[in-house]
Amino acid sequence: MAGSNPNAKPMDITLKVWRQKDRNAIGQMVTYPLKGISPDMSFLEMLDVLNEDLLLKGEDPVAFDHDCREGICGMCSLFINGRPHGPERGTTTCQLHMRHFKDGDTITIEPWRAAAFPVHKDLVVDRSAFDRIQQAGGYVSVNTGGVPDANAIPIPKSIADKAFDAATCIGCGACVAACKNASAMLFVSAKVSQLAMLPQGKTERKTRVENMVAQMDIEGFGACTNTGACAAECPVGISLENINMLRSEFVYAKATSENV
Amino acid sequence: MNWFTKTFSSTVGRKIVMSVTGLFLCSFLVVHLIGNLQLFRNDGGAAFNLYSDFMAHNGVIRFMELILVAGFLFHIYDAIVLTSRNKKARPVDYVNNHPEQNSTWSSRNMGLLGTVILVFLIIHLWNFFVPARFGGLEGVVIEDVEYDNLYLRVVQSFQIWWYVAIYVIAMVALAYHLIHGFQSAFQTLGLDHKKYTPFIQKFGVAFSIIVCLGFAIIPLYFFFLV
Amino acid sequence: MILDSRIPEGPLAEKWEKHKFDVKLVNPANKRKYDIIVVGTGLAGASAAASFGELGYNVKAFCFQDTPRRAHSIAAQGGINAAKNYQNDGDSVFRLFYDTVKGGDYRAREANVYRLAQVSVDIIDQCVAQGVPFAREYGGLLANRSFGGAQVSRTFYARGQTGQQLLLGAYSALNRQIAYGKVKMYPRTEMLDLVLVDGKARGIVVRNLITGKIESHSAHAVVLATGGYGNVFFLSTNAMGSNATAAWRAHKKGALFANPCFTQIHPTCIPVSGEYQSKLTLMSESLRNDGRVWVPKTVETAQRLRNGEITVNDIAEQDRDYYLERKYPAFGNLVPRDVASRNAKLVCDEGRGVGASGLAVYLDFADAIKRDSQPAIAAKYGNLFEMYAKITDENPYERPMRIYPAVHYTMGGLWVDYNLMTNVPGLYAAGEANFSDHGANRLGASALMQGLADGYFVLPYTIGDYLAKTLYDKVPVDHPAFIEAEQAVISKNNQLLSINGTRTVDDFHKALGLIMWEYCGMARNAEGLQFAKQEIRKLRDEFWRDVKVVGVNEELNITLEKANRVADFLELGELMVEDALNRNESCGGHFREEYQTPENEALRDDENYTYVAAWEFTGVGNEPVLHKEELKFENVKLTQRSYK
Repeated sequence: MAGSNPNAKPMDITLKVWRQKDRNAIGQMVTYPLKGISPDMSFLEMLDVLNEDLLLKGEDPVAFDHDCREGICGMCSLFINGRPHGPERGTTTCQLHMRHFKDGDTITIEPWRAAAFPVHKDLVVDRSAFDRIQQAGGYVSVNTGGVPDANAIPIPKSIADKAFDAATCIGCGACVAACKNASAMLFVSAKVSQLAMLPQGKTERKTRVENMVAQMDIEGFGACTNTGACAAECPVGISLENINMLRSEFVYAKATSENV
Repeated sequence: MNWFTKTFSSTVGRKIVMSVTGLFLCSFLVVHLIGNLQLFRNDGGAAFNLYSDFMAHNGVIRFMELILVAGFLFHIYDAIVLTSRNKKARPVDYVNNHPEQNSTWSSRNMGLLGTVILVFLIIHLWNFFVPARFGGLEGVVIEDVEYDNLYLRVVQSFQIWWYVAIYVIAMVALAYHLIHGFQSAFQTLGLDHKKYTPFIQKFGVAFSIIVCLGFAIIPLYFFFLV
Repeated sequence: MILDSRIPEGPLAEKWEKHKFDVKLVNPANKRKYDIIVVGTGLAGASAAASFGELGYNVKAFCFQDTPRRAHSIAAQGGINAAKNYQNDGDSVFRLFYDTVKGGDYRAREANVYRLAQVSVDIIDQCVAQGVPFAREYGGLLANRSFGGAQVSRTFYARGQTGQQLLLGAYSALNRQIAYGKVKMYPRTEMLDLVLVDGKARGIVVRNLITGKIESHSAHAVVLATGGYGNVFFLSTNAMGSNATAAWRAHKKGALFANPCFTQIHPTCIPVSGEYQSKLTLMSESLRNDGRVWVPKTVETAQRLRNGEITVNDIAEQDRDYYLERKYPAFGNLVPRDVASRNAKLVCDEGRGVGASGLAVYLDFADAIKRDSQPAIAAKYGNLFEMYAKITDENPYERPMRIYPAVHYTMGGLWVDYNLMTNVPGLYAAGEANFSDHGANRLGASALMQGLADGYFVLPYTIGDYLAKTLYDKVPVDHPAFIEAEQAVISKNNQLLSINGTRTVDDFHKALGLIMWEYCGMARNAEGLQFAKQEIRKLRDEFWRDVKVVGVNEELNITLEKANRVADFLELGELMVEDALNRNESCGGHFREEYQTPENEALRDDENYTYVAAWEFTGVGNEPVLHKEELKFENVKLTQRSYK
């Protein structure tokens, strides 16, 4: 079966992939030549092909995180040719297709690099730091049941839309991977802003930003220096405005909260 | 730790210190540049020497000087703390990295630019500020009163080509530092609105270029024209 | 075995209220003496675990992903139904109930579906309170859209990412309980067996996917919210990791598996582009609100199109066949999924399909763009159009989308009673993992509704009823039942690792998928199913003889993970075929070619098949035993479904 572009010819490429046996092992880049790659393949399907080859040779396949393969679960990662999620803007690795590469290309693939994201194996990293930051306050404290009617509090459409834009963060960690400081500010700010904008989140806005920023620091992420790399590489277009909103929330909270 | 130290030892808090001190230092640049304009008066340095004498002895200025020193120290201290933290945040670097695809060179090299500026600052202080404040300059009599002749030091210094070069290079570094730093300072304070942010960004670029150009003209002026 | 569905007595509308009063309660101070295990952290699992934690139970939650937020509920695009009647267009709890029962082709339990419709309204309130940013009108109130199988607008949505927003809402509630210490979260941990003590579910055996360590966890009750088994087909809209292992291993420990042949084939997916294809991507059904489905009127035109002699824009209006609008004027492009899928297959089988493979139909937005403007369409579906363009390299604003049906959802699952408890005491199943609410076909935007209904509003009541009758005593994890289960898991892993054959796990999985799609997919017949059964058995034997799994257990071993899952699919696939063979009728997603009306519509046999087929495991390769739960319809009349 031909794909959408019947003229596309199969390509030969060379992969340089980071291989690391486990958390404590020393890793290195390993070169794998691949032949006959269809331009209509997704990047991860190309890695599937590599892994099938490796398996048949009795070698350990390359471990990489992936799940939904439709750009929403945030599980896929990969630092491809010097960019998180590869060369296409606004695209997760699983939505990246081989048509964006050329026959004869060499492609480097590395894991996210951050002290807060230690490597489990090969290209798989531990992003549980993100969960702990969310646990520090990324929620509205309502129990199940006993809540007001959904239409009891009207929310201006513009606010709802902006909150939604912040809420679309998929938690992949590309922002950390792209940032020269391995800062998690874009990730943290997306949740802080979403809930700060909505009336439901306002009650806890002060403690939320204080606790989430504190946890972010504990996890060992770097500081934001406003390079903007995170937003430029974010596959779902989370805006830098969120970071600025986090800061004004932070200043307001620190100046007026009950925590002394 | 109490809430205050907690606030200013967090990454966000330290950046706020960087931002506030940075903007304060920007205001200093403006004052400094306006004062330096006295050098262009065609009076053999009289106005400039009077001005520098005023700056060295006025109580308010002396007090502000302390604040200024504190501003520099906090700016530099937090920069060092954050930079070392940021280095630790990525202990293993990428083999292949293309940050130029997602961010400007100056935004990624604030530490380098800042270091260049710091080295310059030490040379600059040693050459002008230290003798002006603590003695070592020749005297000059203006309207029967003897003053330190700082003007002469300026003229002499800027006859040396490499000294002029250091100044010009430092001002280019400062311009790049400010191009990122000025607008970044507003972001860091959370001052962001689609009505005003575009203006702040444009103003920041203009400010950086005009101020640094203003400073850089002085050594060039003395080297080539005096 | 007699299947007791434990449906409460009384009028339909009062059953749930009455039941909530009748169930036993656990004293608030005693709740902390009970441990509950929740496997899976999608909408059902996360909402259940969070709600249990809020009530005061000690919860252990497990997921195989690196964080609970990645569960595949996140990929649901279109929306969530609720009988709010905010649009004043005649919706009601009864209408949602009625639409769901009818949409499910009268193979769902009335009482469960009615309860689902009742609690649907609470779900929206709950999610909004959590800060879920649903779409809103300019006045600030919630917006709705319409979905397949309904003539009212009752679907709440958050652009094309409703599942994501709802899951992140449930995830935030879960995080709050993790922070309080009421829920202990185990990510990258896969359940590999259920442990029974005295016939009751008392724990699970898991494998830590990073270290490979096999561990046991003990509790007073176990909830499986592990999703569906669509990945039996290899190609589906499920996530790559979605699997049936937890449910299947519970089945092997005695839990009945109900209606396994009821698979939903979603009509609007991006067609297969090559053999390397690893998954299929869904285009939300909401697109059918504005997109018109068509193929060329004649085989000849279609052929010229496929050969590249003409392009789609060369086909004149009168040469296009908007077959859904033509055949079903009342519902048009918004017919239920099974009907839309089957009709796509029909026109492609006639030779009128488009695309290079001929296995696709057009979904055309030209009229909608003309009517509402491109920005208006982009505002509604922008992210879906982008996704389509990324995958196919075609611009759907300029050329119609090519779509084809793909496996999407499984209505079948573990058999549960009204309390969502399986026939194994203490073992519950929620969300897609159970069979309960969608009959033979699920309506769009109802999966999210069911997942959250089960987790937020059903299980927190019904599990208390069971726990209240259970002693506080904990079973230690060195109990012989745990040791035995651990040993079985270890020896199975060792067996997989020691075969060292010549075919990869994916290779077997693809082969199984082809058998299932060909013979147990959109259309089935007895002969094909018989053949498939033999083929699956052969394939399974070969798998255990010739599969290649490298590495060791004590590491992050992606092949071993997959091998375990595919080993289970190879058994489950056979049961699906068995169930499809048994059900000599067509209904919903189960279309037996022998049973159709002259107009090619599904022909039910209400006299003989108005029952839930619940299968009991009797050993691999042995014939399973069928248990029937008769379905009684007292509030809706069984009719031939008509969307004309």
